[in-house]
Amino acid sequence: MNNILQIVWIIPFLPLIGFLINGLGRNFLSKKMTGIIGSGVILFSFLVSLYVFFNVKGGNTHVAHYFNLIDIKAFKIGFDFQIDPLSSLFLLIITGVGFLIHVYSTAYMHEEEPKDFAKYFAYLNLFVFSMLLLVMGGNYLILFIGWEGVGLCSYLLIGYWFKNVDYTNAAKKAFIMNRIGDLGFLLALFWLLNAFGTVSFEELFNPANGKITALSAQNSTLVIGITLLLFVGATGKSAQIPLFTWLPDAMAGPTPVSALIHAATMVTAGIYMIARSNLLYNLAPVTQEIIMWVGLATALLAATIALKQNDIKKVLAYSTVSQLGFMFLALGTGNYVAAVFHVMTHAFFKALLFLGSGSVIMGMHHEQDIRNMGELKSKMKITYITFFIGCLAIAGIPPLSGFFSKDSILIGAFEHNKLVYGIALFTACLTAFYMFRLLFLTFHGKFRGTEKQWNHVHESPSAMTVPLIVLAVLSVIGGFVNVPAVFNGGESLTQFLSPVIHQTHATTLSHNQEYMLMGGAVLLIVAVILFAKFKFKNFESKENTGLAKTFENKWYVDELYNKVIVKPMQSIAALFNNTVEKKGIDGLVNGVGRAVNYGSRQIRLLQSGQIGTYVLLMVLGILVLFIIQLFL
Amino acid sequence: MNAQNIWITFPELLVWFPLIAGLICFIFKDNSKGRSWALLASIVTLAISFVSLIYADNTKYPALNIASYTLKYMNNGHFVLGLDGLGRILTLLTAISFPIIFVATHNNKYKDAKNFYGLMLLAQSGLMGVFTAMDALTFYFFWELALIPVYFLSSRWGGEKRIPATFKFFVYTFAGSLLMLIGIIYVYLHTNDGSAGVHSFTINAFYNAQLTAADQIGLFWLFFIAFAIKMPIFPFHTWQPDAYEQAPTATTMVLSGIMVKMGLFACIRWLLPLLPTAAIKFDNVVIGLSVVGMIYASLIAIKQDDLKRLVAYSSIAHIGLMCAGIFSRTEVGLQGVMLQMFSHGINIIGLWIVIDLLEKKTGVRKISQLGGVAQKAPVLTIFLVIIALANIALPLTNAFVGEFMIFSGLFKFSYWYAAVAGLSIILAAVYTLNMVQKVFYGQVNAVTSAINDIALHEKIILSVIVVLIFMMGIYPQPMIELTKSGVQAIMTKFN
Repeated sequence: MNNILQIVWIIPFLPLIGFLINGLGRNFLSKKMTGIIGSGVILFSFLVSLYVFFNVKGGNTHVAHYFNLIDIKAFKIGFDFQIDPLSSLFLLIITGVGFLIHVYSTAYMHEEEPKDFAKYFAYLNLFVFSMLLLVMGGNYLILFIGWEGVGLCSYLLIGYWFKNVDYTNAAKKAFIMNRIGDLGFLLALFWLLNAFGTVSFEELFNPANGKITALSAQNSTLVIGITLLLFVGATGKSAQIPLFTWLPDAMAGPTPVSALIHAATMVTAGIYMIARSNLLYNLAPVTQEIIMWVGLATALLAATIALKQNDIKKVLAYSTVSQLGFMFLALGTGNYVAAVFHVMTHAFFKALLFLGSGSVIMGMHHEQDIRNMGELKSKMKITYITFFIGCLAIAGIPPLSGFFSKDSILIGAFEHNKLVYGIALFTACLTAFYMFRLLFLTFHGKFRGTEKQWNHVHESPSAMTVPLIVLAVLSVIGGFVNVPAVFNGGESLTQFLSPVIHQTHATTLSHNQEYMLMGGAVLLIVAVILFAKFKFKNFESKENTGLAKTFENKWYVDELYNKVIVKPMQSIAALFNNTVEKKGIDGLVNGVGRAVNYGSRQIRLLQSGQIGTYVLLMVLGILVLFIIQLFL
Repeated sequence: MNAQNIWITFPELLVWFPLIAGLICFIFKDNSKGRSWALLASIVTLAISFVSLIYADNTKYPALNIASYTLKYMNNGHFVLGLDGLGRILTLLTAISFPIIFVATHNNKYKDAKNFYGLMLLAQSGLMGVFTAMDALTFYFFWELALIPVYFLSSRWGGEKRIPATFKFFVYTFAGSLLMLIGIIYVYLHTNDGSAGVHSFTINAFYNAQLTAADQIGLFWLFFIAFAIKMPIFPFHTWQPDAYEQAPTATTMVLSGIMVKMGLFACIRWLLPLLPTAAIKFDNVVIGLSVVGMIYASLIAIKQDDLKRLVAYSSIAHIGLMCAGIFSRTEVGLQGVMLQMFSHGINIIGLWIVIDLLEKKTGVRKISQLGGVAQKAPVLTIFLVIIALANIALPLTNAFVGEFMIFSGLFKFSYWYAAVAGLSIILAAVYTLNMVQKVFYGQVNAVTSAINDIALHEKIILSVIVVLIFMMGIYPQPMIELTKSGVQAIMTKFN
């Protein structure tokens, strides 16, 4: 018990050390050393996390208090870590998948100069550190510190190749859109502080302290306000409508970064935060309803866009947005465990798919357009097989991991609202379609690139293929941690998380109903895959028209934001700068100055030095006074 | 410690030492000796300030922290200097800033450098006086003493358009000071109920002055306008970008890092406790102005092409937040403001140092003409990015803690104000990242192709700033502790 508390600080501390060594030693360290340090610290963190994980079984919550960040009369916020089932699960995902991606990076980034290589690993370590702060934080403030920290690392890594203006634009966009969400998060924090005088999870959520649990009234302004604002924060970080457009652009970063930050870990922070606040959300059904619809809409919108993307990473990016939408859908239906479950399985198969795409991109010599690919399965066997497994997992084919997690989301949706279920199932079919389109166009059919490219195509080195294999295995078996009762499963994950997560969703369906729903869904998805195989057998790229063109152009959302927000803001700024400031306010100030100047110049004329004039003025003055005396 | 054994107190040392050192500086014949002397003097002042922190407990060491002179010829007027928590944090800022400024601008060439440095030290003395004055007349005296050296510094050593810019700055702030003087005299006449005819300028007499609500309303504007110009907040701010742009960089650092805090500090020390009724009455006006100014200045900052003007407008936005925090009249808000005054000073001086280095290397300050600096000067870039991110209050940096507390106080006052003011958080990211992208990222161009990275002493001084940024960002509690009792004393006026 206590010895966990004595060692948990090591978990984030190691990546921090890695960051400092690689960052400060970037001019001295060899690439090999950098790689070993960068990956090694994450491996050790993973081992410690593993130890911690096995010690929180049984639902213990441990809070380690280190020092007070802010301690004033009104409130006290400590630098606290909280270790409980939820955070320990995330610790495993972050350090485990993180380690594999670090290893993969040593090969993927080998063309970089040693000091840039070190910079890359320093940023990656810093990211892991921030992400660990985020999930270990014992209060919303520490969570927020990690939250902004991962945003910063995301910015730094998207703009890693900083000479390219498009890349730095993407980085900037990511940071700013995240900050919009962060404002919501901050306001929620202030509200919590003012209402409860604390932001500590333990004090807020522990029934013994009874702060939240004492609020029996559902849908009070307080609860709806706080939960909605927190959700605004989540839409920024987890790329939901309306703040999702930064994530596809974020693909400008190196591919392992996309796998780690923009698929497996950072973008799921919003889900973590809401799952962490489940007690609050249970008190605000209105907010839950909003989350459900926003998640569903995002899932559908992103899936339609993914249908028509030709950049291998863009397809995966929109697929990520769509899958995150599924997770929010689960959160909205009170099915928190399903959301966390999907975070986990998604981390496996989406990291796998991204790393697979990285392997393809490297094999294709930095070609990312799937219209110029095909037939790669013959030359890249391991990449192909693992990618195929990833596609099966994300499509939800049993018994792969994606099947179990998506199924529990769909079941939850079915019981909540049949229409929502219908749309979600349709979106799941779209998922299968665009993923297999991607697979067929990349690996099957005839090669559509140049001959030179074809001759260059090669399988990636083992530092890249081994992580692929490990992730493929996890994608296959990952679902078994939460086998539902209908398959005689023990629902271990649900049990494990039950001390911190208060599900409001519980299945009331009979087993037969469940079999029917599942069977129907699986059959549909298989049909869609077969259709995709048939459709993309002989692929020829052609101009898109109508709805397809709208999909290809991402529903013109960027253009809309540009027109409605960016342009008007720029014009207002220009108006303030050129007119209001210079001519208005400063003009007024200078005008006062000039008026005084002018006035004194005129008055100066009175002092002509001629005695006659003075006498005349004096007499006039006396006369005026006399008249005033007389008449008033 | 026994009162009889003490021949000099900390506030006296902090005020008189820079004053005397500054006067000595004028005597030097050799300019470079003057420069070294000034640096040495500023380091001694810093040491004094550090030592004063050891004796920070005013209940234990009262005699060390308060000094009072009786002025016989002025009808038994007093000249009182005292050091409490509120003053201590700002005298510390003043003491830390000057050595940093002197080292960072060590290679800047000035004509008659000894006079330049002498005036700088005089300004330091004036600032120390403002932060330690415990008597209204003493306060006014130092308020002006701080202004005059800065006027000469800017008008003699400034840029091309220094004369109109400095003139505007001087007249503007001086007009404000005169309003304050009228206010001070008015309050003086209402101290000690007037019947005995014994008045006093001391801070306690002022706090207990018999002022009706109507008195307070009139006085409020006399004082507030003086302070608002000094801060400056919207719409009294237009002197500032011009002054920052035209003043020599070392002076700009003093102006923006420390002098603007005079207005904020004066609001906390004098305005709130002196005129609580009026402060409550006009809170919406002041906070409204501050919040509007934050958004307004942030939007204008987006449009700036000159780095100095960009920082100037960003500073107006930050000061606006602090002003709003003061008038939210919450403990957390005031604590945040005290902390943020220190953080803002450190950060903005850091920004000026980087801009000054860039200008010295490239001869250019226009964002549109720079680019690709990160390739040529990576170390400079790292420092700039850290300081710029601290400036926009990223967590674990100093400004985050202060702004977090201020926003929290503002939220308590009204969540609408907090929400609108919060937009400036987003806008700050816009103008800061724009600047970083255009100046440091991208391709090298003709202006930046020949530059090299920064020298060792520049690295050291920027490291000091970065260390301060993280220290206060990660463990701010000691600073918060320092101002706790002072803030709570002020809060009693509002309960």
